[in-house]
Amino acid sequence: MVKIIISIIAYLILAPIVGGLLAGFDRKISARMQGRVGPSVLQPFYDVFKLFEKEKITVTKVQDFYVLIFVIFVIASGVIFFGGGDLLLVIFALTVGSAFLIVAAYSSNSPYAQVGAERELLQMMAYEPMVLMTAIGYYMYQGTFTVSDLLVVPKMSFLPLIGIFFGYLFILTIKFRKSPFDLSMSHHAHQELVKGITTEFSGSTLGLIEISHWYENIFLLGFIFLFFCNGTVLGYVIGVLVCLAAYFLEVLIDNCFARMKWQFAFKSAWAVSLILGVVNIFVLYVVF
Amino acid sequence: MSYIAKSPWLIHYDGSSCNGCDIEVLACLTPMYDVERFGIINTGNPKHADVFLVTGSVNEQNKDVVKQIYEQMPEPKVVVAVGICACSGGIFHDCYNILGGADTVIPVDVYVPGCAARPEAIIDGVVKGLAVLQEKRDNLVKGTIDAPAETAAEADDSEKTEEGGEQ
Repeated sequence: MVKIIISIIAYLILAPIVGGLLAGFDRKISARMQGRVGPSVLQPFYDVFKLFEKEKITVTKVQDFYVLIFVIFVIASGVIFFGGGDLLLVIFALTVGSAFLIVAAYSSNSPYAQVGAERELLQMMAYEPMVLMTAIGYYMYQGTFTVSDLLVVPKMSFLPLIGIFFGYLFILTIKFRKSPFDLSMSHHAHQELVKGITTEFSGSTLGLIEISHWYENIFLLGFIFLFFCNGTVLGYVIGVLVCLAAYFLEVLIDNCFARMKWQFAFKSAWAVSLILGVVNIFVLYVVF
Repeated sequence: MSYIAKSPWLIHYDGSSCNGCDIEVLACLTPMYDVERFGIINTGNPKHADVFLVTGSVNEQNKDVVKQIYEQMPEPKVVVAVGICACSGGIFHDCYNILGGADTVIPVDVYVPGCAARPEAIIDGVVKGLAVLQEKRDNLVKGTIDAPAETAAEADDSEKTEEGGEQ
């Protein structure tokens, strides 16, 4: 019990720090890939601190409430994950959180935010099957949905779930809001539809969204970490290294691709889910 | 400690000009000049912006647009007039539809003259604007929000009257 509480507190404190640093390295590496010097690694923190210093402009009061619920649910799903809870519960809490961000964007009545919200809905439809299949894959191979059990399983899940691993890597591009799938909102200097789903959020509200994005990134990488857990330190080390490699890969993809249309995002995500996810689960069903 | 000057996000708007200065603004973002190393991000959304770069003069049709972008930006904010057209109307000054520089509709903090303004001059102007931004932030904290701070812009102000010729 004490262990669970410690890991939850560690997550609450460390996740935004690590997530923010990852975002900083993302911008630095992106700049180097484009032949630029790039901002300081701490730039994402400067951005968020600045946002909290700005005047608050709210279109409708209810949108701040929705954004707050979004933040709470995203953090809660991370807490469930790092508290060693149920993977399905993590996924459902995250989905509820994302839904509230969409509702918040709709409530502003801005056409740009609404188009962003619609695209966010489409993105959710695109990645959700693969996220669910990741949890199902873990269950089929290891016989448990519980994160604390998955950490100490005797066998590594990576090879039997290799299709699901690559499928998850694919939808991670959507979850991280990277090109070619940064349809609803993107970071860096890219812009489309003003700023998509976050168009009407400014000041501290936008800062909160940014922080919850860091929280979210950390436990999404945690899903990748679980693929390599086999109860030994070596497994954990490999897991962390692969998480970093996956993040670097997403930055590389971000810099190599232009933004695609939502049709492509939707079709390709479902095709990948079907081919890699369903086939992998079918093989697991037949073999084990 | 305040972070406002460490993360200025800017929005640019082209009034009625040859578009030359606007292209120079975008040139600042390229690997050659790379303003992102100062934390500057080019945003398309006035609600996320701290620095408003106006290029080109203001005319009867776009004065409301300029005003609206300015009003949608959350405080503290600075306005940088880039190029001689945005400073005073420039070569278009005597046109029947031209009101003049950006300062005819919104308070301008820094003037960057030039035709077209060079990227180095634009970056210099934005960095000068950051000092004004910091000052405005301090005033906000003190609760003494007075008229837009013109102090840092005074030096550039004199240049403007020389080149533009206010009437």
